[in-house]
Amino acid sequence: MPMTPAMSVVDLRCRYGSSEALRDISFEVHVGDYLGIVGPNGSGKSTLIRAVLGLVPVEQGSIELFGTNLPAFRTWRRIGYLPQRLKYADPHFPGTVDEIVRLGLLAGKKFPKMSSRADDEAVARTMEFMGISGIRRQPVGELSGGQQQRVLLARALVGGPDLLILDEPATALDPETRGNFYSLLSDLNRKQHTTIILVTHDTWSIGQYATRFLYLDKKVVFDGTFGAFCQSGEMTEFFGEYAQHQICHRHHGEKRGADGTR
Amino acid sequence: MELADLVGYAFIQRALLAGTLIAALCAVLGVFLVLRRLSLIGDGLAHVTFGGVAAALILRVEPSAVTVAAIPVVLLSSFGILKLTEKARIYGDAAIGVVSSLGIATGVLLASAAGGFNVDLFSFLFGSILAISSNEVVIAVILFVVVVSAVGLFYNDLFAVTFDEELARSSGIQARRINVVLVLLTALTVVLAMKVVGILLISALLIVPAVAALQVARGFRATIIWAVVFSVFSVVAGIFGSFVMNLPTGATIVLLNIVMFVLAYVFRKTVLARRINRGRGDARVAPL
Repeated sequence: MPMTPAMSVVDLRCRYGSSEALRDISFEVHVGDYLGIVGPNGSGKSTLIRAVLGLVPVEQGSIELFGTNLPAFRTWRRIGYLPQRLKYADPHFPGTVDEIVRLGLLAGKKFPKMSSRADDEAVARTMEFMGISGIRRQPVGELSGGQQQRVLLARALVGGPDLLILDEPATALDPETRGNFYSLLSDLNRKQHTTIILVTHDTWSIGQYATRFLYLDKKVVFDGTFGAFCQSGEMTEFFGEYAQHQICHRHHGEKRGADGTR
Repeated sequence: MELADLVGYAFIQRALLAGTLIAALCAVLGVFLVLRRLSLIGDGLAHVTFGGVAAALILRVEPSAVTVAAIPVVLLSSFGILKLTEKARIYGDAAIGVVSSLGIATGVLLASAAGGFNVDLFSFLFGSILAISSNEVVIAVILFVVVVSAVGLFYNDLFAVTFDEELARSSGIQARRINVVLVLLTALTVVLAMKVVGILLISALLIVPAVAALQVARGFRATIIWAVVFSVFSVVAGIFGSFVMNLPTGATIVLLNIVMFVLAYVFRKTVLARRINRGRGDARVAPL
């Protein structure tokens, strides 16, 4: 029996006022996939992510998460989300690292959402894993951008999600931490079989890890494996021959075969 | 007169009980409102309360029942603010401004039609906690239980929405429902608080303890606790202080709150700043 996709998007269309943000978007994300969504500024990458999370209205089309239509989807604990930046959060927010990481467990709870001892252990384990135990009592408002991003990733991971959605997660990180960050995501994908959708500008780095690429420019321009990406004439037009060669050359030096398999 | 003698008076006991409960409620809700940039909602709803009180007085409602009579008006107005923000695509502060103006203009018209401002209306404008009745104390206790229970039951959702509404929605939290809960609880608290400091100073009771707590607290829960401590201290000290020095109680309470804020600010800039800097040096994050 074929496995239910983690995400299925069919004929999606979104609009911001009079301007079209996305059109004719169709794709599937299978369990265990590591999908990199790339594209220029204003190509609709973040809108797509926010649409599949139900954060922006959809004009047309359907979205399914783990086989359930988005409006009826309730098991949000299966999804971890790391936004590019917090839209409304106060820069001087007094909540501590521990309190913020704990928020990631709310999606799996029924009313009234009380904390348990198992929650304490999950929070402590995740903070240890993310290397932020030493700052657990510090308010997030006092942290650097990179530290805040780690806290938010810990919040996304603490519930043990099956699908992790990350929107430009590495922009606030220094180059070394960024490399480690991508390795960590790769480990989650390979060892814990977490399905990952990563929106990024950092095409060169993601080339080392993603099993699939979705190139977006308001519509899907390319959807396939890294190997197919490297051989695509259409992508040569988009990136230029030199940039495409650089991405693919670098990739060949790493872990995966040209057909995108590991 | 000794403080112990003062506590023997029934009206002081009523004022202390009701004042402490209302101060605690305002402090708790104030933390959520300030961090959500809805600080002035208390001011807006208080102005609406003025309209409600004027209407109740013109309808010759007993002064002791005016508090209860104003509740539906304020609840409706709080819905109005939410709907204006959602449907009319205007910012929260502008929505508060619209509803607030409507309340105060209606109040002035009604007061004028009733032959001008009378003693009862003035007592609501400037507060009269020392004249609080036993019935009003009972209402305060009931509403305190309702509001504290609701905040306790919805605490985690309220916290999540206060941190970041969009992130909360991505976790399946019904942010709209939580906003309604917060605004309704605020509306109930505002009606109660008008007896303590008066309609004109209610927003101080919601805002000042919260901003004072934000100066010194490290943690969200700690911020709520500090806000309650500042607020209750100001109300208790304000009741005694104003009685002994023959000052208006509401204004004394608000000024004591401001003093708390200034002290907290100075503490943050001196003692706490040194401690935070030392802590930053000690607590490093481990490499990924």
